Amino acid sequence: MEETKVTPTESVETTPVTNDMAFTPAPFKDKKHMGLKRKRVIGNVIIYIILVVMSIIWLFPFVCIVLQSFRCESTQPVGYIIPQKWGFDNYVNLFTKTNFPKWLTNTLIISVVTALVQTVIVLCMSYTLSRLRFKGRKFLMNFMLVLGMFPGMLTMIILYRVLADLGMTQANSIPGLILVYVASSGMGYYISKGFFDTLPKSLDEAARVDGATNAQVLTKVILPLSKPIVIYTLLTAFMGPWGDFVFARYVSFGTSSGMNVAVGLQDFLSTAGNTFKNYTMFCAGGVVVAVPITILFMLLQKYYVEGVTGGAVKG
Amino acid sequence: MQVEDEKEKQPESVVEEAETTSAPTPAPIAVEKHSRLEYSDLEYLKLSKWQRFLYHIARFFLGIPAWFKNAGIAIWHFLKKCGLGVWHEIKDIGLTFVHGDWKTKISYGVMGFGSLARGQILRGILFLSFEVIFIVYMVFWGGYWLSMLPSLGKLGPAEEYNEELDTYITVYHDNSFKILLYGILTLFFIVAFIYTWRLNIKQNKISEEILATGKKLKSGKQDLRSLVDDEFHKTLLALPVTGILVFTVMPILFMILVAFTNYSGATNNGYTNNLFSWVGWNNFNTLLNWKSGNTAYSAAFGEILGWTLMWAFFATFSNYFLGMLVAIMINKKGIHFKKVWRTILVLTIAIPQFISLLYVSRMFADNGIIIARLQQWHWVGDNFSFFGDKANPWVSRLMVILINIWIGIPYLMLIATGILMNIPEDLYESARIDGANVWQQYTKITLPYMLFVTGPYLLTSFIGNMNNFNVIYLLTGGGPTNGAVSAASGSVGYTDLLITWLYKITMGANSEYYMASVIGILVFVVSAVLSMIVYNFMPSNKHEEDYQ
Repeated sequence: MEETKVTPTESVETTPVTNDMAFTPAPFKDKKHMGLKRKRVIGNVIIYIILVVMSIIWLFPFVCIVLQSFRCESTQPVGYIIPQKWGFDNYVNLFTKTNFPKWLTNTLIISVVTALVQTVIVLCMSYTLSRLRFKGRKFLMNFMLVLGMFPGMLTMIILYRVLADLGMTQANSIPGLILVYVASSGMGYYISKGFFDTLPKSLDEAARVDGATNAQVLTKVILPLSKPIVIYTLLTAFMGPWGDFVFARYVSFGTSSGMNVAVGLQDFLSTAGNTFKNYTMFCAGGVVVAVPITILFMLLQKYYVEGVTGGAVKG
Repeated sequence: MQVEDEKEKQPESVVEEAETTSAPTPAPIAVEKHSRLEYSDLEYLKLSKWQRFLYHIARFFLGIPAWFKNAGIAIWHFLKKCGLGVWHEIKDIGLTFVHGDWKTKISYGVMGFGSLARGQILRGILFLSFEVIFIVYMVFWGGYWLSMLPSLGKLGPAEEYNEELDTYITVYHDNSFKILLYGILTLFFIVAFIYTWRLNIKQNKISEEILATGKKLKSGKQDLRSLVDDEFHKTLLALPVTGILVFTVMPILFMILVAFTNYSGATNNGYTNNLFSWVGWNNFNTLLNWKSGNTAYSAAFGEILGWTLMWAFFATFSNYFLGMLVAIMINKKGIHFKKVWRTILVLTIAIPQFISLLYVSRMFADNGIIIARLQQWHWVGDNFSFFGDKANPWVSRLMVILINIWIGIPYLMLIATGILMNIPEDLYESARIDGANVWQQYTKITLPYMLFVTGPYLLTSFIGNMNNFNVIYLLTGGGPTNGAVSAASGSVGYTDLLITWLYKITMGANSEYYMASVIGILVFVVSAVLSMIVYNFMPSNKHEEDYQ
């Protein structure tokens, strides 16, 4: 965006050189060369400036959150960024005076179990759709495509009622949430199917010729090759419930002990009065929640990038 | 790099003008000749850029009747296929009964009898036990749910005298919600039973044929073994598909049916009167204002649908092009610290959205850092607000889109980086040798390739943005309130999407779940229609081999 603003001024001095590029006679070669080089340097400097500005914009909120979480002189939102009095008060309060430890354990349990089960389900689904051929395969895929267009939000109320009938809401929301997260996860098979599609078919055939059953092909041949996609699925399946807000809020329904961190922390800011009391504590909570997932994400970034790129390419 | 653009554009536009002045002559002839808007390849190549564009647009609109025709034909073929399929099944069932032996005939009533009698104990037991369970369920529970389905229950809760306690207590009779829910489940069960019954008959027929050729039938052990081999897909799909059926298909069916009832869906522990009933198309009429005099809903719906589409368009394409631009900048030769730039952006993906969005929403709130600063510098007045009720709606909408760019660019940057690396470098090389400038390289190589590869992604992200609950809800909560249309079930905001409106309707003080269901169905219709149109337009659909 900003690039285009700069162009007119720059173009004045350098354009003649570029325009003549094809026709420039030999003696002027040096001049042209210098012009190109200078132009590239200017271009790069502009890009650097843009990138630095972008980095500041992108990091600014996070730096703010961290700084605010150490602010001790007041708890409400204020118009300045650097705290006047530093300290760990907010963190101490968070862990001693609120239900935050409970929320954190809830979230951790939900995320870990969901990640494991969901990965198994997604892999089952995607492997089957990608590498096995059976009657109704196309139908199943189209069916899920159409299903995906219904707004999932609407199914919440009925799922809530079903869970309530099973006694899995409010204080007991953990199993209920896991059940709901996991149950429909088979619909998100696209990215790992894309991965399985890229593995050569000859691998399966060779194993089949050697007398392996389909199950053995999966466990002995394909799975050892699937590390990237397994890690990608685990990572995304873990991150989903870690930050899920809407359904968790619905299922816990105001019962503090059944909340996850997202719901609990959102509660801190739900009203103006709460915001006044809890703003810095919310920041501290945000830091506590964000740090582990960020570290995990950064460690596994490579797999995430592979998955996202592959997924977008294959649709 | 942009330096070249400005200059190069000029000659190009001259050429374009020359083309436009010379081109119109063949065009009318072509139209006359074919009496339809269709050019041959040669005629098409003679057209200027704009004429080509207009040509495509015209083709698109002229093609619409053909779509409907094709869709009609497709539906007719589908129905014909279904009808024929059912007829074949029925014929086969009849023929199997006529030609089958006595074991087969008994299997029509006692499922699995044929299998048991022929020594396939495992299959026989499974069939038989399924039948027993089905009958027991239908007699004790299923029959009740099914019989109540047409009326959705008649008796509400009542105070009745209880002799044991010697006092009046509330007795809950029919519960419409449960009737609808278990009614659907019972219907599912009946379909499953019919399918299994048909399977059982087919089994008998196949067994008879196998035995007639003198071969042996599969033993139970072999059956189990086939579950990890030839029938492995059944093993793998059993769990995921059951999950989807129970937790997605069933709720969606329920939701569709609720749109035809007056179920208001109290959010708390049940509702005072456990009954609701069928109302036909009334709710659709209310929302679309076909008949009813109440325009509150239709006004809100029109307003919100317009903004939803606008939002989805801008959110998708702003992210797409800016993300691509960032990726190109980072990947440019001579730029150092590529990894650092990427990591900084990717950080936004790692941090859970509810934290970043909630925090950003507080930054832009009326007493937040940003407004405080802007007021301090006297850039904005004292009453300025981004998302508060006194805000200018267009400022709020613009801000939502801008903040969404902040969220979306990192994803697009990652995706675009991966794809850009796949474009063969020699394409650019030869383009440069031919004298193409950066802009031409971008529009002729990078952009077509990106669009080709990410066409399906663009579509899914458009629909995803239409239903982008998190960004809107956490950022603005729908605000600023839209006074003009707020009459319909609680407040409606200028930045409310259909999906957040739907959430408000279900969660509000006086929730109207039936309206939410109608909106949900309409969201589905809009997504499906859009997908169909875009899918027809998508380059990956037309020129599959172009980039291979």
